[in-house]
Amino acid sequence: MDNMNITSAQYIEDMDGNNASIKATIDGQELSVPLDPANRHYAEIMRQVEAGTLVVTEAD
Amino acid sequence: MSKARGLADLGNVYDDGALSNRNLLINSAMQVAQRGTSATLTSGNFTLDRFKVQSSLLDNLVGTMTQDSDAPDGFANSLKITTTTVETAIAADEYFYVTQFIEAQNLQRLSFGSSAAKDITVSFWIKSTQTGVFAVSLYTADNAGIANSTYTISSASTWEYKTITFTGDTARAINNDNGLGMYVNFHLAAGTNFNSDPTDEAFEAYSDAKWAGGHVQNGVITTASATWQITGIQLEAGDTATPFEHRSYSDELARCQRYFQKQISTSSETSLSFCRGQGFASGSAYVYFEHPVEMRTKPSLSSSIASVGNLGALAANGGGMGISALTTVSAWSSVYTTVISLTVSSGTFTAGQATELDAGGNSGAFLSFDAEL
Repeated sequence: MDNMNITSAQYIEDMDGNNASIKATIDGQELSVPLDPANRHYAEIMRQVEAGTLVVTEAD
Repeated sequence: MSKARGLADLGNVYDDGALSNRNLLINSAMQVAQRGTSATLTSGNFTLDRFKVQSSLLDNLVGTMTQDSDAPDGFANSLKITTTTVETAIAADEYFYVTQFIEAQNLQRLSFGSSAAKDITVSFWIKSTQTGVFAVSLYTADNAGIANSTYTISSASTWEYKTITFTGDTARAINNDNGLGMYVNFHLAAGTNFNSDPTDEAFEAYSDAKWAGGHVQNGVITTASATWQITGIQLEAGDTATPFEHRSYSDELARCQRYFQKQISTSSETSLSFCRGQGFASGSAYVYFEHPVEMRTKPSLSSSIASVGNLGALAANGGGMGISALTTVSAWSSVYTTVISLTVSSGTFTAGQATELDAGGNSGAFLSFDAEL
């Protein structure tokens, strides 16, 4: 009932080289998504990854 | 209403435990529009804070969702759906509705999942060019319960007041947390997969056929220039619809900001300073955006960089810098503060020097933070 269209997702690192967030395009909007399971965008990214329909690429 | 009836209703409300803060919905007088006052009908889009449209598999529909000054007495605004390009037919697997999601911990007064479960009453003002029968449904997300009913618009293009009472759910509890507790759905179109079950104001286990059970009138999105407007929605515990509980703009704004916050520069604020921080290296700085209201979760960050142009920052010598990308830094952030890493397109930071993030000379430059359900 609430499907997001996620067309890209990539981890972004902080200054220490740890994954800090996910840069994602969701429903046509570019977002910086925190790694927080309560965040609806992060939860949906993880749901689609689990379902095998989305891959979050590693940081550059 | 007679004084005797008013006193009787007041007694009912007192029994249901809420003489104030009765309304479980936010911004339902349609006052707050942080994202702007108009948006397309793309599924998932918000215009007025807390209200969004959702749809499935529509092929043709183009239209707008706007804040409109046409409203019944006592209200200044309504939410208005206008169809520009019609959906030519509603297939069995298609639907379209306007909804607000309610945070689970704000619903605990209903005592769902226990023998003390309270009834819920929704009241609202409605106006449409299309007369007929429309569905309203409540869906509880934690344990997939649904109740549905209908209202009838009797006169075209006339404000009408409607009330519906749903029976409290003794079987399915709502978690006491910051997750999604309840959908409050106003259906504008539903295919036969979603409206074939009859209405039932008592909660049942979810099935697709109950989603918009009893919905008939799809004409709002299948008729060119058709409109549908709503305002003054109140969802409250108990079996009595009480007068709408008006709240101030600042009160509603603060409630909305738990879920979404936006700062935007006007034409007289092209150097608007969003937040301050520190340079760590020539190409690296973190700035700290302190939220005026505790957000529901760590929020997703978006900005105007793609639409308006680079944002700005101050170099140690006071010169301007260009900022071409922003990244939220999860481990440094919380529901109170979002820490943002800046990507430099021109200029250099100096390690240890203070800096700030600003509108970069642009009108319409913004930062927005989304912690919606």
